[in-house]
Amino acid sequence: MSGRMIVRRLGGGVLVLWLVSLVTFLMVQLIPGDPAQVIAGENASAADVERIRERLGLDRPVIEQYLTWLFGVLRGDLGRSLFTDRPVTSTILLAAPPTLALAVAAIVVAVLVGVTAGVLAGLAQGSWLDRAISSLATLGIAMPSFWVAMLLVSVFALGLGWFPATSYAPMSRGLGTWASHLVLPAVALGLATAAELARHTRGCVADVLTRPYVRTARARGATTGWLVRRHILRNAAIPVVTVLGLQTGRLLGGTIVIEAVVGISGLGTLAVNSVLQRDYPVIQGYVLFCAAVVVLINLIVDLTYGWINPKVRTA
Amino acid sequence: MTGNSPLLSVEGLTIDLPAQPGLVQDVSFEVGRGRSLALIGESGCGKTLTSMAILRLLPPGLTIAGGRIVFDGTDLLTCSPRELRAVRGGPVGVVFQEPMSSLDPTMTVGDQIAEARLLHLGERRSVALRRAEELLDRVGIPNAAQRVRSYPHELSGGMQQRVMIAAAIACDPKLVIADEPTTALDVTIQAEILGLLRDLQRDLDLAVLLVTHDLGVVADFCDDVVVMYAGHVVERASIDELFYSPGHPYSSALLASVPQSGSPRTRLAVIPGRVPPAGRFPAGCRFQPRCVHNRPEVCGRPQPDSVLAGAHRSRCGRVASGALTVEGVPRG
Ligand SMILES: Nc1ncnc2c1ncn2[C@@H]1O[C@H](COP(=O)(O)OP(=O)(O)OP(=O)(O)O)[C@@H](O)[C@H]1O
Ligand SMILES: [Mg+2]
Repeated sequence: MSGRMIVRRLGGGVLVLWLVSLVTFLMVQLIPGDPAQVIAGENASAADVERIRERLGLDRPVIEQYLTWLFGVLRGDLGRSLFTDRPVTSTILLAAPPTLALAVAAIVVAVLVGVTAGVLAGLAQGSWLDRAISSLATLGIAMPSFWVAMLLVSVFALGLGWFPATSYAPMSRGLGTWASHLVLPAVALGLATAAELARHTRGCVADVLTRPYVRTARARGATTGWLVRRHILRNAAIPVVTVLGLQTGRLLGGTIVIEAVVGISGLGTLAVNSVLQRDYPVIQGYVLFCAAVVVLINLIVDLTYGWINPKVRTA
Repeated sequence: MTGNSPLLSVEGLTIDLPAQPGLVQDVSFEVGRGRSLALIGESGCGKTLTSMAILRLLPPGLTIAGGRIVFDGTDLLTCSPRELRAVRGGPVGVVFQEPMSSLDPTMTVGDQIAEARLLHLGERRSVALRRAEELLDRVGIPNAAQRVRSYPHELSGGMQQRVMIAAAIACDPKLVIADEPTTALDVTIQAEILGLLRDLQRDLDLAVLLVTHDLGVVADFCDDVVVMYAGHVVERASIDELFYSPGHPYSSALLASVPQSGSPRTRLAVIPGRVPPAGRFPAGCRFQPRCVHNRPEVCGRPQPDSVLAGAHRSRCGRVASGALTVEGVPRG
């Protein structure tokens, strides 16, 4: 991919982030009535309301408020939590590792399971294996992740005792411990994405198999395994990577539910608590952070297009 | 190996679709070592199916229902998958009609040429790529050292077909099967590609099975001809036999429809009607509805493959019995 294209994509990402920051800023402004009163709650004293108004700068002109917020964001300063009084940025960064680990592990599960199943189904179209994978994929999409999480925990943690049942272990407690805590929630979170990927991969592989260059490779003596590794995976990858990129937002959102079920205190928990407490600075920070992650992922997806298919590089 | 047996022999090849048995029926021909054989006929006559069946590369759904295909001592219809793979891309190379879609868009042309060497000779990639560079040079691509790293879309159609040819000869094959290698290309490029194939054939002592519907190409390039019509072989002849004394009304009609190199573009005798779609083949001679010499009482019966002289064979009973003589063309 050309340098100019990367710059263009980066510019697009920055634009999206700016729009998101604008919307998150407006979140507070658009609260009907007196935002300070609403945030403080019905039973708050007048002093409390004033304190919040001052804290959020709601007493100043909107333009000034916006510029203050924007420059704060640019410096990585997202204000302070209304409840703990700690900086929002460090609150989010503290809560992020379990959530990001969970999301990344879920993506790994989804890619390993989904792509493998999809390739097998695509190679064996119409066979019992294909039908079995299609049925499982439908099931995987239909089952709510919190229910899968509960099922996995009760069978593999409480029943068989193979994995710990709850909470998150930081990597500092050892890679094994860290991973064993992640397995069940990651599977629960990644399953639906795996199913989605399996379907897309199957379709893409089936399509690639009809392409003349696959016949060419066969005419050179390629085995099926060789075909898959050298020709099919790469050619089927673009639509699959696109789907994966689209799924990352959903995975991040999905962590909220899984964290609650498995008892991980990460970003999802933070988001839920902040909403319940009407802790607007933290909510704003959470939205902005998630948007940044999604923009970053999509940038990476765009960059991989060019790596996967050289034709895109010049396009 | 087997000294004077043909390099490739196809005997009684029959290809079926479930709904249309006999899509290609009872096709027999031989390709001698270092010889070039043309497979000609109008569109839809089964040339591609026949040529793809040799390496068992038929699209799904089509099955080989009968016959024998022996390449250099290996029976390709009964051998193991491993033996079949050893033949594909090794002693037999294939060039397809559409170079653009027949090349993998995500792989450099160097890697695609090298692929057969990795598969068959177990060469390391770096070694195979050096060989790919030599091959690119051999097929007349300038700047081979840079071009090995090009992707197919960066090359013109003619260059792409040269790449396909380089890949087909990567493992020093004995036979190259080329299915209309120039049909998708500009007229000016067509001659270059055919010239290249002819040079390679001579220099590398290749046998070539050339599928084409261009009789002009046949005259320049080939030793022998197999004429197909609606899934049947109607005539097998040497080039001279075909042009001077064709043995089948269909061959004669094809010859009449070719512009003669000497004469200016006179009106061509287009064969009226069209090839019947598979499943609608008439009984007996499949060409009879379009044949000007049609005698229903004779042509409605199955036509045996008869010897006219030596290796010259025809599936027209009337020509074989001497009841009919068809016209060739003067060649100047
Ligand atoms: N995959 C397929 N499924 C069903 N029928 C097919 C398939 N491929 C080819 N046929 C039919 O088989 C017949 C012979 O096709 P084939 O491609 O061998 O013709 P051809 O002589 O190569 O023609 P052309 O000059 O157009 O390439 C045609 O009637 C075609 O419709
Ligand atoms: Mg064809």
